[in-house]
Amino acid sequence: MSAAPILSLAWRSILSRGLTAALTIALVAVSVMLYLGVEKARQGARASFENTISGVDLIVGARSSPVNLLLYSVFHIGDATNNITWDSYQQVADAPGVAWTVPISLGDSHRGFRVVGTRAEFFERYQYAGRRPLRFADGDAFDGLFEAVAGASVARQLGYGVGDEIVVAHGAGAVSFIEHDLNPFTLTGILAPTGTPVDRSVFVSLEAIEAIHLDGATGRGTGRTSAELEAMDLSPDQITAFLVGLDSPVGALRLQRAVNTYPREPLQAIMPGVALAQLWQVVGAAETTLAAVAAFVVLTGLISILISILTSLNERRREMAILRALGARPRHIFVLLVAEAMLLALAGAVIGAGLTHGALYLGSPLLEARFGIVLIGTGPGLQDLIVIAAVTGAAGLLGMVPAWRAYRQSLADGMTIRV
Amino acid sequence: MTAVASGAPAIELDQLRFAYARRGPCVIDIPRLVVAPGERVFLKGASGSGKSTLLGLIAGILDAREGAVRVLGEDLAGMSAARRDRFRADRLGVIFQMFNLLPWLPAGANITLPGRFSDRRRPDGAAALDAEGRRLLTRLGLDPDQVWSRPARALSVGQQQRVAAARALIGRPGLILADEPTSALDADSRDAFITLLMEECAASGAALVFVSHDGALARHFDRAEDLAALNRAQLAGAAS
Repeated sequence: MSAAPILSLAWRSILSRGLTAALTIALVAVSVMLYLGVEKARQGARASFENTISGVDLIVGARSSPVNLLLYSVFHIGDATNNITWDSYQQVADAPGVAWTVPISLGDSHRGFRVVGTRAEFFERYQYAGRRPLRFADGDAFDGLFEAVAGASVARQLGYGVGDEIVVAHGAGAVSFIEHDLNPFTLTGILAPTGTPVDRSVFVSLEAIEAIHLDGATGRGTGRTSAELEAMDLSPDQITAFLVGLDSPVGALRLQRAVNTYPREPLQAIMPGVALAQLWQVVGAAETTLAAVAAFVVLTGLISILISILTSLNERRREMAILRALGARPRHIFVLLVAEAMLLALAGAVIGAGLTHGALYLGSPLLEARFGIVLIGTGPGLQDLIVIAAVTGAAGLLGMVPAWRAYRQSLADGMTIRV
Repeated sequence: MTAVASGAPAIELDQLRFAYARRGPCVIDIPRLVVAPGERVFLKGASGSGKSTLLGLIAGILDAREGAVRVLGEDLAGMSAARRDRFRADRLGVIFQMFNLLPWLPAGANITLPGRFSDRRRPDGAAALDAEGRRLLTRLGLDPDQVWSRPARALSVGQQQRVAAARALIGRPGLILADEPTSALDADSRDAFITLLMEECAASGAALVFVSHDGALARHFDRAEDLAALNRAQLAGAAS
């Protein structure tokens, strides 16, 4: 007897227990969907994370640890251990092989969102997710002194539009007692979502940061008129960090060493890609836990197949005896039950994978538009096939338990039908 | 029909002894029983007389420990379990007391089920087997167009038994074993069923061994045997 008739018998037997079978398949489908969903989110998150910043060859800041520098300069988590002097910045910026630099000055915030003092050039140089440039959803980069650009999340959460006025507070907390309220900023642009910390930042010029701190660092701002301010030299003495682009990335290691051994100030240069990978190793532990949980859910789904077949065995003893009487061999009974487990798993896994990709297909434009989360590399592929094959194979292995019982029963029962 | 052609008895039991456990009580001890080709034999046996065990031995599901079991000219005792399974698939038809059918398969698929396990039972292909199944159903008094595609569980008990008979007869097996096939039927249907079964066995040349506790049915048959007299191992409460 070839495999095809056994398969068709197994399938019809499954169909005859429609509701139980449907529920079992649904459970497998949901568990596979959860597993694939977690896997896709994991890969998407990882890819998105590692693409937080690109097109930047080095980030330079005060000497601490590479992850620390990355955290405060790119992710705006924690504070700089120290600032670096404008002179040092100039030295590195003028070094041979350096194509461009963008300074960053941190330390102020707006209603919990970090305020980044930088140059308008930042919007051209900063890239993410595989060299995507920043894009303005509305308006344009800042130009005047008290002008600002808001990231997508800032604008969405606080309901800001171009032309709104905002007040910058001293310090990085959500609630600040010192506001530079004498110098409100006018929003000139809103950035499109990127899924990076840029979304949660407000950008102003370096000179503006300097200006609001002219009359005491913790005061309400400066009372000078804009004419007075324009006449002044507002070049900063210190900045927090700066981004470096090189003519050729080959020079990155050499420049990194030169910066790290800069004699006049303890500086540190990191390569964003390397530091991001290091950081991911830290946060990746949670990701592994999540994947393990999802894998156990799949195991639950598989066990439900086992339960549904085992509970059906007694009532189907008669069926087995009939099949035996018609000439089925004990191994046919064995194959029948293993095939049943595998068919249930296959159906569930295929449906689960289908639902996952359906949800991704429908949901990803929404995710990107609303949260700037770009799920990279999550299309249907080899991974789905592997998961489907693994679930089906595992079900086949588990199916051997009831199959073995039925095999023994059918040997013992023979043609005698016991109720 | 090969059995008829070769002239070998449909069943020949010789000094047959059987026990379920190696040192367990002997359940079957039959010195001799012969059923001629095409013969229709009534075997009277109460529960506990070892009738199901005997049918299991003849069908090759149980392995005789002592003595000879020759069915349609072949010695089952000398065969491996796999060969006995194949032999059963090829040459025997079996009807049980009731619940003969896979409830989730349509009647038609139930009838042609033996063809899935044996090429010999469908020598002319699936379509020919379907045609034969429909012909048998008609002969057994059912309208194939009405019952062929209906799930077995949707049929009445009487209809199910006739479908089971059609399944046992399909592919012209040399021997039909029937284990109390009429016990679930009322008196009228019972007589009608036996008559139909006998006619079809005669038409296909199959021998029939019909086991029942109801001795009143013996009048339909060529010959009646009493298992209580045949079987010297009389163990009250032994597996029936």
